[in-house]
Amino acid sequence: MPTQDELVQLYRQMFLIRRFEEEAARAYAQGKIGGFLHLYIGQEAVAVGVSAVMRPEDYFVTTYRDHGVALARGMTSRACMAELYGKESGCSKGMGGSMHMFDREHNLLGGHGIVGGHIALAAGAAWASKYRGDGRVTLCFFGDGATNIGGFHEGVSLAALWRLPVVFVCENNEYSMGTPAERTLPQRDVSKKAEAYDIPGLRFRGQDVTDVMEQLREPIERARRGEGPTMVEVMTYRYRGHSMSDPGKYRTAEEVEERKTRDPVRIGRGHALAAGVSEEALAAVDAAVEAEVEDAVRFADESAQPDEALLHTLTLAPNGDADSPPPAGSYPAEKRSPLSADAAPTEVHHA
Amino acid sequence: MTEMNMVQAINDALRLEMRRDDRVLVLGEDVGKVGGVFRVTQGLYDEFGEDRVIDTPLAEGGIIGAAIGMALYGLRPVPEIQFSDFIFPAFDQIVSEAAKYRYRSGGEYTCPMVIRTPVGGGIRGGHYHSQSPEALFIHTPGLKVVCPSNPYDAKGLLLSAIRDEDPVLFFEPKRVYRAAKGEVPEGDYTVPLSEAKVVREGKHVTVVAWGAMLYEVLASAEEVAASHGIETEVIDLRTLWPIDLDTIVESVKKTGRIVVVHEAPKTCGFGAEILTLIGEKAFLHLEAPPVRVTGWDTPFPYTLETDYLPLQHRITPALIETAKF
Repeated sequence: MPTQDELVQLYRQMFLIRRFEEEAARAYAQGKIGGFLHLYIGQEAVAVGVSAVMRPEDYFVTTYRDHGVALARGMTSRACMAELYGKESGCSKGMGGSMHMFDREHNLLGGHGIVGGHIALAAGAAWASKYRGDGRVTLCFFGDGATNIGGFHEGVSLAALWRLPVVFVCENNEYSMGTPAERTLPQRDVSKKAEAYDIPGLRFRGQDVTDVMEQLREPIERARRGEGPTMVEVMTYRYRGHSMSDPGKYRTAEEVEERKTRDPVRIGRGHALAAGVSEEALAAVDAAVEAEVEDAVRFADESAQPDEALLHTLTLAPNGDADSPPPAGSYPAEKRSPLSADAAPTEVHHA
Repeated sequence: MTEMNMVQAINDALRLEMRRDDRVLVLGEDVGKVGGVFRVTQGLYDEFGEDRVIDTPLAEGGIIGAAIGMALYGLRPVPEIQFSDFIFPAFDQIVSEAAKYRYRSGGEYTCPMVIRTPVGGGIRGGHYHSQSPEALFIHTPGLKVVCPSNPYDAKGLLLSAIRDEDPVLFFEPKRVYRAAKGEVPEGDYTVPLSEAKVVREGKHVTVVAWGAMLYEVLASAEEVAASHGIETEVIDLRTLWPIDLDTIVESVKKTGRIVVVHEAPKTCGFGAEILTLIGEKAFLHLEAPPVRVTGWDTPFPYTLETDYLPLQHRITPALIETAKF
């Protein structure tokens, strides 16, 4: 079990994501945020729990439902909200919007709007980690719907073949947009797909952040030990529609209410109280979160739109300067691990 | 200087750059132990090992997707797509991910990588081993597109492309992989991207071409010079995008006439764009209708390849008609 302080921190992160997104939904309704806005509300324990057992230098690649992951990794509420508003102070200078959360400081390689398009990217980043011997793990989130797309197969297949340090986390929220899993997945147990790639599969309910942490430790360590990827399926639920334009009428009120009985924020708060954290202390956390979100909304509101010139300089590099390699010895070759266990040592050349 | 063919020159560029920069690596189907179906990567596996010359499964989307992930990390991958006809399973990765990384991350990430792929007809390959899909990528903002015609340019352009900060499609004209030979300097040199080259000077008509069709254009230019006294100015575009428009405009201002030759189908081919640009930039200098000599608007044929391709027998009449107009 995490310490008292850790439990408070976990609760704070989940409550922040919840309140951040509720205010983002309000701003969307006011027309301040355009396009699409896919809320993570109901799934907060997954991003927060996974992030808590990853290292700061690890890589994250995720889907378009990405605000929760961005905030859990440490992106500021200001940069995240300003991106939703399409302002230049946003994490992607307002050019990406809701589905494109990027944060180099926290090795967040993006939210991705094309379902399944990012899964092979995770294999590539992990391959680079293996090549550089940096000991990092790449965490790749996707939804249950993405497992039907070819990109899922190609990405998982490469990662398994080369035993890359990746953990695949399927956030199964029961719906591919408006269509339930029983009408989209021939095999509804996504974790069983692991068997096809000869990697371990794991399935559990992920509404309790401490469960998520507990379950993810071994897959992450396994990846870090160089033993390859794991397919983790986390059963969860989104309370809202697929995006803001989706009222979610394909679900019954009873179903949504039943899922809300396992609310991750409430469970997280309960853990903190059970560990002896006072109501007053949590009220102070709540107040700080409210102030942070309010500040983020104000910041986004007051920030400037990006200049049109930015559009052109962000398409191709403006100056076309040639790049130079890093100095010899920047990455000691002995830290590399071969792609296959029986590979002969390779000769290494430096400039 | 050593005489090399295109295959050797590209191999030399890869080898040099992999020695210079340990971020550079090659991945693709059969590129390692086999050395590639055209032997372009031959010997690299032995020198650099399996973690820099990576044999992949048959999975173009996975190859390009993984290469993008490597590039985001900070490496400089050079994935190979075995034939440019096979690039379409990776189309989404190239268009939706690689081309847009700089933009959609607000410049936080870029995607420096070179996708090498053999292009074009001339080997009796039929419709899945002969196509020229360059226009699809030129149409996608965020990509650069290169197509060398000779060993010197192939090596120099590939070195420039690998050192570039943006994703580059590097089309290698397979018809002249071994037929095009020339002196190539040993060691490091670059040919800058986005610089076209006037390879034959003339005052009557300008022809823009690239890749394997350049040789057909040069043959026609000699033919019409001898038969009709027509002096053709031939521009090897080398980098298709971003285009070196100045060189073409300057030539058209001199000749007043332009012909574009490419293997890809005519409709919405890159020739359409070049002629439109000339219409915008040099309209009052034109003395004849702009002309395209291209592949037909059909699938690339197996049995009628020499009819489909815009070879000398189709280029020559176009030059004469344009010059006489």
